[in-house]
This record gives sequence, structure tokens and C-alpha cells, in this order.
Amino acid sequence: MKPFERLREKLSRSQRRFTPPSTCHSPPCDTGNKTLFLYFFSTTPLRTPTRKMASSFSRMLSSKQRIGVLSFVGGSLTAGMLFQRERVSGGAPVRRSYPASAEYPDLRKHNNCMASHLTPAIYAKLCDKATPNGYTLDLAIQTGVDNPGHPFIKTVGMVAGDEESYEVFGDLLDPVIKERHNGYDPRTMKHPTDLDASKIHSANFDPRYVLSSRVRTGRSIRGLSLPPACTRAERREVERVVVDALAGLKDDLQGKYYSLTQMTDQEQQQLIDDHFLFDKPVSPLLTCAGMARDWPDARGIWHNNEKTFLVWVNEEDHTRVISMEKGGNMKRVFERFCKGLKEVEHLIQEKGWEFMWNERLGYILTCPSNLGTGLRAGVHVKLPLLSKDPRLNKILDNLRLQKRGTGGVDTAAVGGIFDISNLDRLGLSEVHLVQTVVDGVNYLIECEKRLEKGQDIKVPPPLKQFK
Amino acid sequence: MERRENRMRRFLLFSRGLIDEALQQIGELPDKKYGGVGIATMTKNCHNDYKMKFSVDEEFPDLSLHNNHMAKVLTKEIYGKLRGKSTPSGFTVDDVIQTGVDNPGHPFIMTVGCVAGDEESYEVFKDLLDPIISDRHGGYKPTDKHKTDLNFENLKGGDDLDPNYVLSSRVRTGRSIKGFTLPPHNSRGERRGIEKLSIEALASLDGEFKGKYYPLNGMTEAEQDLLIKDHFLFDKPVSPLLTCAGMARDWPDGRGIWHNNNKTFLVWVNEEDHLRVISMQLGGNMKEVFKRFCTGLQKIEEIFKKHNHGFMWNEHLGYILTCPSNLGTGLRGGVHVKLPKLSTHAKFEEILTRLRLQKRGTGGVDTASVGGVFDISNADRLGSSEVAQVQLVVDGVKLMVEMEKKLEKGESIDGMIPAQK
Repeated sequence: MKPFERLREKLSRSQRRFTPPSTCHSPPCDTGNKTLFLYFFSTTPLRTPTRKMASSFSRMLSSKQRIGVLSFVGGSLTAGMLFQRERVSGGAPVRRSYPASAEYPDLRKHNNCMASHLTPAIYAKLCDKATPNGYTLDLAIQTGVDNPGHPFIKTVGMVAGDEESYEVFGDLLDPVIKERHNGYDPRTMKHPTDLDASKIHSANFDPRYVLSSRVRTGRSIRGLSLPPACTRAERREVERVVVDALAGLKDDLQGKYYSLTQMTDQEQQQLIDDHFLFDKPVSPLLTCAGMARDWPDARGIWHNNEKTFLVWVNEEDHTRVISMEKGGNMKRVFERFCKGLKEVEHLIQEKGWEFMWNERLGYILTCPSNLGTGLRAGVHVKLPLLSKDPRLNKILDNLRLQKRGTGGVDTAAVGGIFDISNLDRLGLSEVHLVQTVVDGVNYLIECEKRLEKGQDIKVPPPLKQFK
Repeated sequence: MERRENRMRRFLLFSRGLIDEALQQIGELPDKKYGGVGIATMTKNCHNDYKMKFSVDEEFPDLSLHNNHMAKVLTKEIYGKLRGKSTPSGFTVDDVIQTGVDNPGHPFIMTVGCVAGDEESYEVFKDLLDPIISDRHGGYKPTDKHKTDLNFENLKGGDDLDPNYVLSSRVRTGRSIKGFTLPPHNSRGERRGIEKLSIEALASLDGEFKGKYYPLNGMTEAEQDLLIKDHFLFDKPVSPLLTCAGMARDWPDGRGIWHNNNKTFLVWVNEEDHLRVISMQLGGNMKEVFKRFCTGLQKIEEIFKKHNHGFMWNEHLGYILTCPSNLGTGLRGGVHVKLPKLSTHAKFEEILTRLRLQKRGTGGVDTASVGGVFDISNADRLGSSEVAQVQLVVDGVKLMVEMEKKLEKGESIDGMIPAQK
């Protein structure tokens, strides 16, 4: 075999580790163009002949590919580096007028994961680096520097600007991920992905207790920068790709897209009444990371006609996918969720795109706290008696659940109604997490029923972490 | 073996050539002096390099709902011409316009909608900034020259404003320190460098200018309360006009307040500009306020020059500041004056316009007046000197106080309406 062909063979074998396992119906795609990894040395534009070129953008992307590849090549002369695929190398080095010690942020009053792990040594090592897109460490940590946090609530304190950030700034992100995800070590562990809804059991709750069920996650489009770093054209491209794909959904998933810039007042009011409309982020955690730039350009909401499947475009992530309905039929909610996700993935793959995913981090999203499954499966459940029991927090802890108010994160519970959802995101599959929620909610309802009858309840033993 | 090495070498040379070509397309000048290989780029703000692979149409912002100077001036032609450029420190046109894109503005209030990241921005992006400057500063042409006059002796009068009406007098301006980038773009290291230099410079002042520096990061509760009581303390900007331009980054690192022991001369460090210099006192003696202002500024400038970091200034734009609206003198000289009757008169706005003055509430820009007390200051910044602008304030306020007195007596002021200055 010629040396380049041997290389290609080796590359395509390792390439498969960067495609999600068959959640799609087509065979693992040649994702060459959309990943900024060294593919093969050729002066022709990098593209696989079997895939359709959907638009001039894709053609442009191939030369972007070339630049990414070649800037990497130019930056490192050693021939040996050229054959390394495991580590993504950054873009051109960053030239600075001040040394790292003068630029190191003052984090003495800070309480977030980034501040806990950003030592001067790590900062000095990473501050010169940039991803092939030009995203730097200073940009990634800006939100954590600007928001010192609260002594009781520990936020993450940094974001990723693109897929490569997780590699280039791995020295900082890996310990942050480990802390945030309860010990999951991205350097040694693998994340399982499982979107087979048929495996869920006992997931039809008593509607007297469970008022509504909801599953949400996020997906990013590979090859385009994430919301903190994307340019207007990239954001519009995300919108175009996603809206194109969603237009291809059929049957109970058929729906309509409402662009934030173009919706009528009537449509806006309807979306507000349905509790679907999202607004410009005001939280400084998001605005300091640059996610509200150019609002409301290229932002929008898609939902199906039955109003049970909803996609937010270009809010905190490229897409946020939500499946929900009133009542306690979590099984159906999750089935629709998985079906919708798989179909959307299939539709974008037809056009030559795919989601950002890899073996060690699962689905790649903007905030490191949403890596892995990015999944939050939850219910609004009425637990008036249990809410007064001092053991509630311990029970939730052991069941690996978290409670929120009915307004979402950082709101209070109203009338004994809680939002109960999974704590974990990374290291466990979607099916596992949803089943955990199902089992946990069933247990909580049992406790409530026992308390109604005047019986006592038991605190369950803690669930095991990673299998 | 040899053939493979040759192939590798040829490939590397070829790829290096391609990189240069690519970087040229992006608009980055590769710095070939680094051993012929190390090509470095300056740090960029929120816009990644691959935007150049998209067309102008795809990147051009949607300004259909916008009402600010930037939106009125920016066309696809201008954007296309400037988008590949960047200043030596890495500031791009997208960085310049970001605040204007994010803040569509109000139909009644015309904001500028853009900022400069460094001194060179006004050169590199002159195709965009010159028309904006012209719109904002009354038709100021790219060939016009700005006159700087900080000789307080040239001010006539100003020491006899009626203290029954004029409650306080204040003159403020901004200064940028040469060799550093401006607040939208500067890094923590630069900001700290500016703070350090400022502390040194201010510490060497004496006489009526002897004072103390209070870093925002390290002040005690007691100091903080006192500064709030004196109306000196500035807080983290919440206005999206400033935050979208990146001026609140890393707050409160490198920020602080210096004031003299008499509490009449005040310097803000690293708020919206490198330095904001304020001279103020109760009562109507604008002449004294202006004298202290000029003297203090000149002393500070001398010290900075000695450290080889003079102020940013040029003949055409005067003193260079972050917001194009503050170019020229950057001076806002004003008084808090009680005009309950005049402010309700039908011709109040017209009088102000003719006198080349503007009104604000007692809380500053975008606040309402309380108890008929207004903040009256000069409207111009660029095209006239400091002395001329303070002169307009002094003369204009004197006239308005006389009008107020006339209205109190029930007389008409129609004969006193001035001509357009």
C-alpha cells in the first residue's frame, strides 16, 4: 500500500470514533470535511466524492478545512506531528504584548469551577494558544472572570467557542469537567450514548401527582463555531441548516419555524401563551460570554403542530431540543424525543452535516456542564406533604435528582409543585438517566402516598455513580 | 527513505506558501520576521477569522430596525472594504460596530453605535468613522483641524453665576494614554499597566492637588460609603451600550478612583476611558473650576509625558477617546441650575439649541430632572476649543438665570431669546 493510502486507512479507522454510534440509519459517514482534523495531504479541495455538496458554503468550508489543516501544518515543522490525529492542535500562536503573569486574572473573590482550576501555570501554558478558529483562553474564561459567583452556588465559569476548544484548552477543561460532572475523567473514561426509548419501563406516572413531563437536550452542528464565538454568517448558517432539516419532519412531528426577527405580533403572543418563547438572555453568565450578540439575528423557535416537540435555534446553543406534554406519560415524551432527534440527525446528514460528538465527551455543547447527554429529563410533580419533610433533600440526593421551582433554574417552588430532574449529564447514557428519573419520581410518589396515609417513609440508599 | 523526506519537505514548503496566501486573504499580514516560519496573529475579540470565508451579504448585520449613527452610515460597500482589515492590535470593524448592532436604539435618541479599540481605529476604519463623526459633530469634515485651548485665562467671566440658582459647577473630560489600547479592547495586563502608570502620576501631584487613590478592588467599607456619599463612586456599567462594547470585562480589576484631599478634583481610572478627569465644586464659580481643571490636566500630562506615555491626540480629531462622540475636547462643562419656570416655557428647547447647550437630569445622562433642577452643559465636543465651549456654558447659563428671574416677576422673555450661536 502506498504511504498515503496507509495513512488514509489509519485515519478512517480512527475517524469512526468521532461519529456517534448508529443513532442514524445510514452507515457511519465520512465526516472528513466537517472536522478540522488532518485528513490527507492533497492539493485538491478536501471532500469525499460520495456526499452531496449542499451549498456554496460547503465548498467554502473545504478551503476553510485546508486553512485549518495547513495552518496546523505550518505551525509545527516536525514530520512526526503530521501523523498525530489524537490531539487537535491549535491555530496560529497568539502574539501578546504582556507576559502571562501580568495578564493572569484576579480570582481571589471568585467561586466557580474555572477559578478553582486555573492556576498561573495552566494560564501561562494556554494563554498563547488559539483554536483554528482563533478562539483564545481569555475569551473562554471571560464569563467566569466577570461573574465571581455566589458562595452557595458554584457555576462553571467558562465556555467553549468551538469544538476544538475542548482539545486545545483541555488542560483547564478536563479538571473543570471532572469537578462539575462528579468525577467523570474525560482523559480516561468514555461516554455512552443510547437513544433507544423502548428500554424505558414504568414511565407512565399517576396524573394526580405528575402535572407535566419534559425532556430537553442540545445539539451543535459540526464545523460551525458555538454561540460565544460565532460570526453573524455562521449563526445564519446554523439557522439555515436546522430549519431546512426540520422542514423535512413528517406526521406528528410536522411543524413550523418562527424567526425572532420576522414573527408577527400575533404569533409572538401565541408563543408567549404557550410558554414557548425565549427572550434575549439577561443573565450576565451568558451575556459576558458573548452569546447575546447581534440579537435577535438568526434566532428562532420551531415547534410541531401538536406543540409537543420544540426546537430553539441559536439561543445558548446551536439548537435546544425539547419534547414535552401535560400529564405523566414520560415514556411517550421520551419516545418522541428520540424519534425527533434521530430524524433531525438523519436529515442533516443527508445534506452533509452532522452533530458535534466524540467518544470521551459525548455531545459537544457550549457550556461544559451540558456535555455528554446534555439531557435534562424532568417532571412537574405535586408533593405538598413531602416538600415539608426535612428528609427531602437527602432523598433527592441519593436518587441523583435535583429540584427546581416551576419557573426553571433559580426559581422557587410554588404550592408544593416541584420540577424534579436528573443531576447527571456526562458519563451515563440518555436511557440510563431517564430511567433514573422515572424510578426516582415513582419513589417520590410512593413516599407522598405513604405520607397521605400517615405512614412513614424511608430514605433510599444512594445510587451508584458510573457503571 | 530519501524520496519520502523530499516529498515531506516539498509539501511543507508548499503548505507554508498556502498559509501566506490564506492569511493574506483573511487580511492578516504575516510576520515573517519570526525565523521565517512563526506566523502569529494578535488576539481578537468575539469574531473568529473564518468570517472572511463568508461573503459580505452573509456577514452584513441586519440593521433594519436600528436608529443610530453607525446604522445610518454603514453600507455593504463600506463593510466589504473594511471587514478584512484590522488595526495593529487586532481590532476589526466587527468589533467597532458590535455595540451598535446589539443596541438598535430609540426613535427619539440617536446614539453613536460604534466605538474605537485603539488610536489606530480612527485611521484604519476612517471610511466608516469619518461620516459618523461628521454626522455627530455638526458636519466636521475629514480635512478640518481641531483647536485645543486649555489656557484658563482666556475664559471671560464665569465667576459671577448667581449661587441662588446655580447649585454646583463641574467640568469633565477624558484622556487616553498613548501606547495602550482602549477599554473595549484592552487586556487585563494593559489595564493594570494603565492603572499603575496613573497611580504613579497622580501620587506625584501636590499643593491643592495632593490626594489619594482608591482601587475598586481593595477599598474598605468605610471608604466606599464615603465615596458614595460624596457622589464620587462609579459602579460597574450596566448600560448595554457599554457592556456590549466589552468595557465591563474583568470588573473591577484595574479600576479605581483618585481624588484630592479637598474633594474638588477627581480622576476615574479605567471606566469608559483610560482616565476621566473631573473638576467640581458647589456654587457657581465656574471660572475657578475651569482653572483647577486646566492646571490639573496640564500637570498630569507632563508627568505622563515624562514616562513616554503622553495622551492620545492629533490635529484633526483632538483628544482621542473610546466613543467618537467624545472626540475633540471630550469636555462636558456644566452646572446644576434651578430653572423651574424656564424649563416649562415653550421656547426652552429652542433656547438651549441656540445657545449650543444641552440639558440632562440631575442623575446624569438619561435621567429625569428633580425639582426643576437641570444639568446644563455644552453640546459640542469637536471643532471648538475647551475655552470656547466653557465660555458658551458660562454665557448661556448667565442668560438663562436672568430669564428665570424675569419669569418669576411675571415678565416676558421674548426680547431676550438669543440668536443661534
